[in-house]
Amino acid sequence: MVMLDEGWWHAKPTLWCLISSLLNLDLQSYPGVVESLKIVTRAKTERIARFAFDFAIKNNRKKVTIIHKANIMKLGDGLFLRTCRAIHEEYKHSGLEVNDMIVDNASMQMVSRPQQFDVLVMPNLYGTIMSNVGAALVGGPGIIPGCNIGREFAMFEPGCRHVGKDIQGQNMANPTALILSSVMMLRHLNLDDYANRISNAVYKTVQLGRHRTRDLGGNSTTTDFTLGVIANL
Amino acid sequence: MSSTSLPGTTESDPVALPLGELHEMVSGGVHSTPKKYGGKYTVTLIPGDGIGQETSSAVKTIFKAATVPVEWEQFDVSGYTTADDNTFKQSLESLRRNKVGLKGILYTPVSKLGHTSFNVIMRKDLDMYASISLVKNIPGHTARHNGVDFAIIRENTEGEYSGLEHQSYPGVVESLKIVTRAKTERIARFAFDFAIKNNRKKVTIIHKANIMCVWTGVPDILTLSHRYHRKLGDGLFLRTCRAIHEEYKHSGLEVNDMIVDNASMQMVSRPQQFDVLVMPNLYGTIMSNVGAALVGGPGIIPGCNIGREFAMFEPVSRCGGGGVGEAGGEGCRHVGKDIQGQNMANPTALILSSVMMLRHLNLDDYANRISNAVYKTVQLGRVISLTSSPSPFQHRTRDLGGNSTTTDFTLGVIANL
Repeated sequence: MVMLDEGWWHAKPTLWCLISSLLNLDLQSYPGVVESLKIVTRAKTERIARFAFDFAIKNNRKKVTIIHKANIMKLGDGLFLRTCRAIHEEYKHSGLEVNDMIVDNASMQMVSRPQQFDVLVMPNLYGTIMSNVGAALVGGPGIIPGCNIGREFAMFEPGCRHVGKDIQGQNMANPTALILSSVMMLRHLNLDDYANRISNAVYKTVQLGRHRTRDLGGNSTTTDFTLGVIANL
Repeated sequence: MSSTSLPGTTESDPVALPLGELHEMVSGGVHSTPKKYGGKYTVTLIPGDGIGQETSSAVKTIFKAATVPVEWEQFDVSGYTTADDNTFKQSLESLRRNKVGLKGILYTPVSKLGHTSFNVIMRKDLDMYASISLVKNIPGHTARHNGVDFAIIRENTEGEYSGLEHQSYPGVVESLKIVTRAKTERIARFAFDFAIKNNRKKVTIIHKANIMCVWTGVPDILTLSHRYHRKLGDGLFLRTCRAIHEEYKHSGLEVNDMIVDNASMQMVSRPQQFDVLVMPNLYGTIMSNVGAALVGGPGIIPGCNIGREFAMFEPVSRCGGGGVGEAGGEGCRHVGKDIQGQNMANPTALILSSVMMLRHLNLDDYANRISNAVYKTVQLGRVISLTSSPSPFQHRTRDLGGNSTTTDFTLGVIANL
């Protein structure tokens, strides 16, 4: 299951806000009332939809599910949904199956029957929530790899962005997420052999069970887990 | 985190909350609970779309068998009609009169040519600003997690559901998410009052104040101060909730906050840590659906929308009951459109919502009888049936692992009254 997200939440600076910033006045349009803007543009939705479909084809995936809340945010998410569907028209030949789901139904389906999902494409906020739900389903933030990718650059990082401040410096963390993200990076660099060796070693280590970190039910330290992976290379 | 039972309720009953008293506190002492006429309460009933008719007839049958002093004013509103539908207007008037309602879920069209959600209009019009979802394991039904017992208090009238959108430029749409201090204050007070009244220990504030802040996009040259670290939006929500907590310091309630993505993960990995959660609108719908799936699906979670004057009881997941395990399609599946008319739906969510309603009306005896009967039916799974032969999961509907029909389940509950 792979998730791709787009769009962003930000507060658009109006002229009043610009002035008030310069004069160090309060930033709210009216005391006690805050407006946050959620922007959806056709251009960015088109490119994330194309990315999702291309990704699905390249990785032999069968189905792409569009996640939205267009029954409530009719214009915004409606634009997202319609644009994704329009882009799908260009991919009709590929045989990809496409459906859509409202985000609250999707979050429930994800917990009750996650096996039905293949590739999901969604705007930004739903993406962060859904990837966290997905991560918890399979074992937590310690094992999910991810990447941020654009036209020119690619940045690989664990799929769930958790800092882990509470276990910092205790040699307890599970490095699997970052290791698998680096494996993704190796594939991106066309270093498939190395990628396979490392990912096989990681899976073998976890499977054998001698070096599992705390979040996977064991009590191995980070360094022990690393040594275990190296031994299995 | 289990709630201590109130007198007159059973241990395993998740709907043991004195909404009547809470109502009084919330409305500032003005007693606005419904009046009894001729010894009977009149309640507006809106069965809703999909499985609505089947589940509400289950409720009516059970109420009749238990001789509950409630009279129904039924309105067959449907989300498949247009916005100026007469029936819908009449149902709103009826609600204003009766002050209490029970409803299933109304379908909302996805297209922008379709009307705004009837569910949302009802909540906003009648200012039912708080939505409560009670997520608790049903005894006897093993789910993904056990020992789950929390309540989600969700702000119902603002946030992402402001309905304010416009296309500022072709291909660019801006949706406004509004957060106001006033509405946040009252939902925070509601959450704390709810926690105290129901002997809950901890309230968790769910937000995304690390992102919903102003000025992350403003070029540095325009501001010489560190203004871009000022957090508005969800920051306002978080700060206001914390400020209201100051007023409740004496109560001994524990309060913490959690970012919504962390919270959604915690909810799936370790839901037992949660007790009462308070959050803005959009996070509420997602989290209550996640919570519902954790304990067995939308077919069993009761909920209510409550405000100063009115209370509307409906199953939790904003898209109604039934259809668990079905792949999504066009529009919202929880109206249960896929199993409509097949006598397969699980009426538990609506029945338990009606039990919440009975407590709101101070009809605790009836409430206890019915909820005990429901739990007994699910737990025993074995009641002499008039139709089919006995099986281990008899009288459990399909979403709970059995193959009983709606009507059989209803008969099972009545037999256990």
